[in-house]
Amino acid sequence: MSNIPSELKYASSHEWVRNEGDGTVTVGITEHAQELLGDMVFVELPEVGDQVSTGDDVAVAESVKAASDIYAPVSGEIVEVNEDLEDSPELVNSDAFGDGWMFRIKLDDAGELDALLDAEGYQNVVDEE
Amino acid sequence: MTNKTVLHAKHLEAGAKMVDFHGWEMPINYGSQIEEHHAVRTDAGMFDVSHMTIVDIQGEDAKPFLRRLVINDVAKLQDAGKALYTGMCNEQGGVIDDLIVYFYTDTEYRLVVNSATREKDLAWINKQAADFQVTVTERPEFAMIAVQGPQAKAKVATLLDAEQTAAVDGMKPFFSVQAGDLFIATTGYTGENGYEIALPEAKAADFWQQLLDAGVKPAGLGARDTLRLEAGMNLYGLDMDESVSPLAANMAWTISWEPEDRNFIGREVLAEQRAAGDQPKLVGLVLTEKGVLRSGLKVVTEHGEGTITSGTFSPTLGHSIAMARVPRAVQPGDTVQVEMRKKLVDVEVIKPSFVRNGKKVF
Repeated sequence: MSNIPSELKYASSHEWVRNEGDGTVTVGITEHAQELLGDMVFVELPEVGDQVSTGDDVAVAESVKAASDIYAPVSGEIVEVNEDLEDSPELVNSDAFGDGWMFRIKLDDAGELDALLDAEGYQNVVDEE
Repeated sequence: MTNKTVLHAKHLEAGAKMVDFHGWEMPINYGSQIEEHHAVRTDAGMFDVSHMTIVDIQGEDAKPFLRRLVINDVAKLQDAGKALYTGMCNEQGGVIDDLIVYFYTDTEYRLVVNSATREKDLAWINKQAADFQVTVTERPEFAMIAVQGPQAKAKVATLLDAEQTAAVDGMKPFFSVQAGDLFIATTGYTGENGYEIALPEAKAADFWQQLLDAGVKPAGLGARDTLRLEAGMNLYGLDMDESVSPLAANMAWTISWEPEDRNFIGREVLAEQRAAGDQPKLVGLVLTEKGVLRSGLKVVTEHGEGTITSGTFSPTLGHSIAMARVPRAVQPGDTVQVEMRKKLVDVEVIKPSFVRNGKKVF
């Protein structure tokens, strides 16, 4: 069974969201998602400064198996991307919730976080697959 | 119903992720298919290929039968143990399967065919055999392990007894020998040196464990696919099938046109296609930018459209490669385009061979 940290929020499309407490959130894909995709070979990230809306496809995780869109779990401005993924996309496999993070969003509306799933809710999504 | 090989428990022990592969529960990887790929390119890896189908052909007509059945000519095989890669076609010149023929004597041959096509292959072989004095015997009692990589032979050597060591001494590529319990062939599907070893099922788990203890890394079907594609080797069902001529699947070199009076199945149609020169051809594609070429994508060329038959990320090269069926006028060195995620991306055309013995070959 893959790990689902209780301190994070989740989208049903398998992104995790960490509230940094400064009006920004960090986003990546879950351990379950990386397991489904297999070895990551390229990660295409958004540009810093991009305005994104909830549900937009903003990044692509390309693995040996498939190319998978990554969706913005909340609306806001991209303020940082994980440039280490350029040379080391495998960080998404080895540390999905840590060094494999993808981008940071400055929230338009912190209230959007309440609409995301908690760990239990995301576990249900995984169980129903 | 799902079949399991005799090594199933060893795969689970090694942490394999198992998937259904044409009715067989097989390891796709043991954690990271890229690490497994590199193990084969730089050291030694092993694959459970027990699901593959071994068929022995024996009898006084074995040679004439195989000269009719397959598109290459088994009469070329003179040395006991010699192996030959070829295909068998239907009357319309479509590829029923690709296979390796091992020669022992004019009355004894062994075939190794794909597992995904096992039933139709056996039905076809038996149907064709009806007119010949041969017996067709499937050998499901053998397990098969492919040990591949630059250190594969050295690591296998540590497990062999004196008789087996003598038997494999100086073995050339594409040969085989029966040594004690082991049928050892210098064949493979990776573009590296190594062996494919068939052995009685009861001995397989111990042999696998001894290979593990000798430092051979287990590798799954994921790595097997990236390795064979880098080596430019076809996968049946993707790169060719019954609707495809061997001339359109980079298999023309496996057809023996001489002597002209050898009436192999499909000859008439293939000879017409060859004379017309209008069959498409299988080429290699190289994408050095980001992105992965994948099976089914459309290829746009100035001579017309084609299709990617197999595509992947090449772990050895660090970018994507593919095989594609395109109009015959397309030449190595051309730049063509692939439609990827709604964009046309430039790719280079090469002969379909990317990596051999750990090195880029284009």
